[in-house]
Amino acid sequence: MIRQLRPRYLAIQISSDASFEEEDVKEVVWDAVLQLFGEYGASKTGLFLIDYDKKKKQVVFRCSHNALSIVHASIASITKIRSKPAAFHVSKISGTLKALGKKRAA
Amino acid sequence: MTKFIDLHLCVPFKDVEQQRKLIFNASELGYSLVGIPLPPNVSSDVVENLHKLCNEAGLNFVTRIDLAPRTPRELLEDLRRLRRKFEIVSVLCGSKPVARQAAKDRRVDLLSFSATKPRYRFFDRAEAELASKSLASFEIDLAPFLSLESFSRTRLITSLRKELNIARSFQVPIVISSGATKEFLLRKPHDYAALMFLFDLDSPLALNALSKAPLAIVNRNRQKLSSEFVAPGLRVVRMVKDDP
Repeated sequence: MIRQLRPRYLAIQISSDASFEEEDVKEVVWDAVLQLFGEYGASKTGLFLIDYDKKKKQVVFRCSHNALSIVHASIASITKIRSKPAAFHVSKISGTLKALGKKRAA
Repeated sequence: MTKFIDLHLCVPFKDVEQQRKLIFNASELGYSLVGIPLPPNVSSDVVENLHKLCNEAGLNFVTRIDLAPRTPRELLEDLRRLRRKFEIVSVLCGSKPVARQAAKDRRVDLLSFSATKPRYRFFDRAEAELASKSLASFEIDLAPFLSLESFSRTRLITSLRKELNIARSFQVPIVISSGATKEFLLRKPHDYAALMFLFDLDSPLALNALSKAPLAIVNRNRQKLSSEFVAPGLRVVRMVKDDP
């Protein structure tokens, strides 16, 4: 049976001098998607924050396979979180969390 | 492994700490070669220091000059004076005559246009046709795109989408550069390729614009500037001494 939603997991490294709460990270990514692709585009992404490590500044998002380009472009366009300079670097992309973990460990 | 290149890393000369940060950041993000714009009267010490710093970071370094002439005549004078001093020559086209002259001159490597002033973007079909017959590539800096907001950004996306479409149809090489002045404006090559989705450029083409296209310019110019170069297609392979 073909799955309706094929997920993609994105491991992201946040580069910034400041530290941020999970809500801030979630908000800034949603804002970037909304700004670039609008509500219609954002509705297709199925974006969900899976994990956030505040110390390491690493975050894992899940999105729909079809909307990977939208989410990746939006994440790359982020330059600030709460008006503090920050850059989001997508370090790994995978189809399952297990494979993402392996790729990150490698 | 693909070699990724950023031909426009705007390193500040006065702030050594920032210089170091930016170069090391570029290396960490996966670039293997960076082009740093230098002033025309740059001293050899500055170039030497940048070479050392880039070597320390594991980066290859090319010298670059950004020309912003007001007239075609000024452009020709600048090219005559500076072409052999720098490995990469980029022209910021501030007027249509300058853009046309730059596009047809084989000494120009990169054509760039103002990101903030849409009226000063002259990359149309005529420009692309001229560029396709010479060696000039169309350069896109992504730092201005990242720093612009709301309406200005929308306008830039529209212009770039149109221009990239023209460049592709005339087979003008496209080069994607960061144009970053701060480390927060620098992204990984794959992140830049993802951003190109906004301009209808698919991922393989975008990755080509970050690797093969700039590498071809660097290799071509290094060959031309080497002592072995005689003319296009002709180089000294070995010197033979005359027998007495």
